[in-house]
Amino acid sequence: MVLKVFFPSCCSSADSGILIGRWISEQNSAVILAVVHFPFIPVQVKQYLGEVQHMTKVSVSVLGSWSNSKQEKEESLSEFLEDLGTIFCHEPWIQISKEGDSKFWSCSTLQKHSKNPQEEEIILVYYDQRKVMLSHLHPPLETAGQRAEDASKLSAIFDTVARSQVLFMTDRYDEGPIKLTHWQSDGVEASIIVELLKQASVPACMLLTFLLSLVSGICRSRVLTFWPLSFLWSKLSTCEQLGHRLQHLQVISSNKKAQNQNQLMRKANIFVSLLIDVALGILLMSWLYRKNRIGHLADTLIPVADHVAEELQDLLQWLMGAPAGLKMNRALDQVLGRFFLYHIHLWISYIHLLSPFIEMILWYVGLSACLGLTVALCILSDIIALLTFHIYCFYVYGARLYCLKIYGLSSLWRLFRGKKWNVLRQRVDSCSYDLDQLFIGTLLFTILLFLLPTTALYYLVFTLLRLLVVIVQGLIHLLVDLIDSLPLYSLILRLCRSYRLAAGVKFRVLEQQDGKPLRLLMQINPLSYGGVVQTYRLPTYSCYPRDSWASLCKKLFLGELIYPWKHKGDKQN
Amino acid sequence: MAEERRFFSASGVPIALRRRQHSASCRELAVRGPRLQLRSLSAATSAVWLAAYGLFALSENSMVLSAAIFITLIGLIIYLHFVKIDQESLLVIGSLGIQVTSSYASGKESTTFIEMGQVKDVVINEAIHMQKVIYYLCMLLQDPEDPQGVSEVVPLFQSTKPRLDCLIEVYKSCQEILEQSKTAPQSS
Repeated sequence: MVLKVFFPSCCSSADSGILIGRWISEQNSAVILAVVHFPFIPVQVKQYLGEVQHMTKVSVSVLGSWSNSKQEKEESLSEFLEDLGTIFCHEPWIQISKEGDSKFWSCSTLQKHSKNPQEEEIILVYYDQRKVMLSHLHPPLETAGQRAEDASKLSAIFDTVARSQVLFMTDRYDEGPIKLTHWQSDGVEASIIVELLKQASVPACMLLTFLLSLVSGICRSRVLTFWPLSFLWSKLSTCEQLGHRLQHLQVISSNKKAQNQNQLMRKANIFVSLLIDVALGILLMSWLYRKNRIGHLADTLIPVADHVAEELQDLLQWLMGAPAGLKMNRALDQVLGRFFLYHIHLWISYIHLLSPFIEMILWYVGLSACLGLTVALCILSDIIALLTFHIYCFYVYGARLYCLKIYGLSSLWRLFRGKKWNVLRQRVDSCSYDLDQLFIGTLLFTILLFLLPTTALYYLVFTLLRLLVVIVQGLIHLLVDLIDSLPLYSLILRLCRSYRLAAGVKFRVLEQQDGKPLRLLMQINPLSYGGVVQTYRLPTYSCYPRDSWASLCKKLFLGELIYPWKHKGDKQN
Repeated sequence: MAEERRFFSASGVPIALRRRQHSASCRELAVRGPRLQLRSLSAATSAVWLAAYGLFALSENSMVLSAAIFITLIGLIIYLHFVKIDQESLLVIGSLGIQVTSSYASGKESTTFIEMGQVKDVVINEAIHMQKVIYYLCMLLQDPEDPQGVSEVVPLFQSTKPRLDCLIEVYKSCQEILEQSKTAPQSS
């Protein structure tokens, strides 16, 4: 069978010695982790390996010998290396030798106890030790209950290198009985900034936890949760967004260390997302407050509201006349039109009442943009909702009227045909009516039928307006959702250190020479950007359409009130 | 050792198959499609620019011309980097796995490596595409729960679409290596 030897590229120029690593017998492959140089005492080497095995739970052992002869091939050295095979008994004993600066090494195995002494083919796979150690393999399928033997061969290799980190802690400048060569043997790297940040993060987290507990205590206090206020908070999307961000802060500031890769990435993603959000919010705030833009905004707000109200009045006048050439029922038309016009008049006077305070309110509300761009967008959405409240009211009135009319019509239509809706059995039954019942029913049916176009037109116009507002709000919420759930840290990691997020590996065939083993270079195949977003997406309180298109159309036709966006926490009704 | 033979693709364009044997259990099979022709590139660019000039003559807005140049450049970059595949290759390493690489005209390479334990077999399948029946080579992946089942079918050489004669050559080469790895004594 084919023997695969995974050799770290950093050990290519190491001096002669013995190879230590892990032998994976099920795959007939040897993962070499380091080279131990002469002189060494075999007992000390075995002791050291025992300690490493105990700490890392990886079965590290001596796998073979490595000879790097810079001059002529030394016969005595090769005999000595073969004899080492008897001291550290390992089946099979791998011997790799490199002559001078040649790229092509010779690799052979010694099998003492094998039954079939045939020449097996050897494949030499070079890998970058540091990258494989730091990388995290993302398997395409995560099936629960995957047994250890089913785990892919590659994940076994990645696992071996990642867990043997303690082996890489000693470098050649350390005084010790064992001299190793691995990727850090030229000196252990560390960063002062990272260490300082780690030290500073503990008190910072504690302070943040304390502040957050204060804030959440205030939010949960009785003052803010009795009925009218709690209803208000649930309707404002700003409060939801703030609550969501508070939750995020709690996740970051918790003292527990992240258990696994997913949790660590999640924490990092939340942290970077919050940072960018606040930075963008402060940028927006500085732009708004420069040159008194807030003042201009407040000045244009009232004229805009007036303009909208005027447009609505024109629309109603048009409806009260002969809209699109249709002939309305004059009396009903006038009643509905006047009713809505009076409503608009009330709304205008209300806005004008507020006008001196608008600038101040806007100034203070604009300050909250420093909490994040998402909060600013939510405030914008709420302001739109408040300013178009009269459209919402008109829609509700129109819908209710239309709904009543439709129900009346359908029940009287059944009476027309001699049928009745049986509430008990939830079906339509035949029923014999009296003459006066039939007479009144037919009369009412005719009246309702001929008044239908008027009501339907009003309903149509106001529903379209309401849908327009809903679409605008929906777009803003979509943007907020996007900013909330985008895993920015993972994307930046994929851009700058793509080897950390691995979807798999790729092999490149290096130059070959006849008689020498097959040489391959194993590189890390990074995860695609789409895969990164899909794996590390942050969960949000996302709003998504409650109804399918068919049920939405049905509701519109029947005149039921529609609330197109459902939030995750809402009860099903 | 390397050898190259010429074939035709399913749509009639000439393609070339290159076989390289790196070692007893490692083979690389690469199918190379036709390169981007200067003729078609010039034709497309001239068409876009003539249309833009016509619009400019109608509307007297010079933005149309700069927009046309911009669109041409961006379109060319997107085409070379994401659409035009120059070469598709299959690297079969017995006992390690099979690697499928697509090289784009801009030099980008997209690679997928599938381990030998997951590969059940490599077969030639038929498919009905519009009014034709075409043959394509595909890899059958093993279902982890069911030893007889197939969890996924991965089609190979999708953009160069070689014909049956080329596929048979590739199939024979693959099967030689797959047989070796399947019949080799597995150590428990």
